[in-house]
Amino acid sequence: MAERPEDLNLPNAVITRIIKEALPDGVNISKEARSAISRAASVFVLYATSCANNFAMKGKRKTLNAGDVLSAMEEMEFQRFVAPLKESLEVYRREQKGKKEARKDKDKKADSEEQDKSREEDNDDDDERMEEEEQNDEEEVDN
Amino acid sequence: MAAARLSGTENRLVSLPLSRIRVIMKSSPEVSSINQDALFLTAKATELFVQYLATYSYKHGRGKEKNALTYSDLSHTAEECETFQFLADILPKKILASKYLKMLEKEKQDGEVREDDDEDEEEEDEDKVVGGSVGS
Repeated sequence: MAERPEDLNLPNAVITRIIKEALPDGVNISKEARSAISRAASVFVLYATSCANNFAMKGKRKTLNAGDVLSAMEEMEFQRFVAPLKESLEVYRREQKGKKEARKDKDKKADSEEQDKSREEDNDDDDERMEEEEQNDEEEVDN
Repeated sequence: MAAARLSGTENRLVSLPLSRIRVIMKSSPEVSSINQDALFLTAKATELFVQYLATYSYKHGRGKEKNALTYSDLSHTAEECETFQFLADILPKKILASKYLKMLEKEKQDGEVREDDDEDEEEEDEDKVVGGSVGS
């Protein structure tokens, strides 16, 4: 995938909001500190992806899954993230399930969806991925 | 079912855009595909990471007295804390904060000085670099 270098940055406004929410009220965050944290976050994503990918490779899988990411956190010495991540994942899965059922009711395409899911392990299923992308875009717009 | 309401809840779950996280993950050449759970977890982990890096650096940094989080607090964290050591390359320790601020002032004035130019040398000899690159 050919991406522009700026595509590897995370949105500054969101990063700033996360920092502000984490620090006590009224702490001034310098511009350099913000962009440094933003860069650090991108590097974190790449580092985590690479660690997670090693676990997937060990398991002879092509698709990164939740377990791979959680193992990566332990390996990276971010064990403290594992419990909150598991909690969030449960909530997320419940939401996704609710959404999927809502969609199934709508367009009655339950069967084809299940098939997409099982094929995802072996090949890059573009249709499903497009669908996810669309879904994500909607979520961002809502934000 | 109320799909809009559901996605509203999800925005509270993770605020970083999943599509962007996916692009960054995919930029790693050995990665072939990522399932939705793994993508969500990575986005969420990145948020926790940003919070942790910010609070850790603030608590252990010198900016605390001034009620501020500065770059040197962050590079200090990358240097001192083993967990954050992987950031050392992208958060290089620069020069003394006071000199850095002076440099920023000058940078504003002539708008020409680029940080990149200094990075390699300044660890060796701070005075020289400040003198050499800014021309003071």
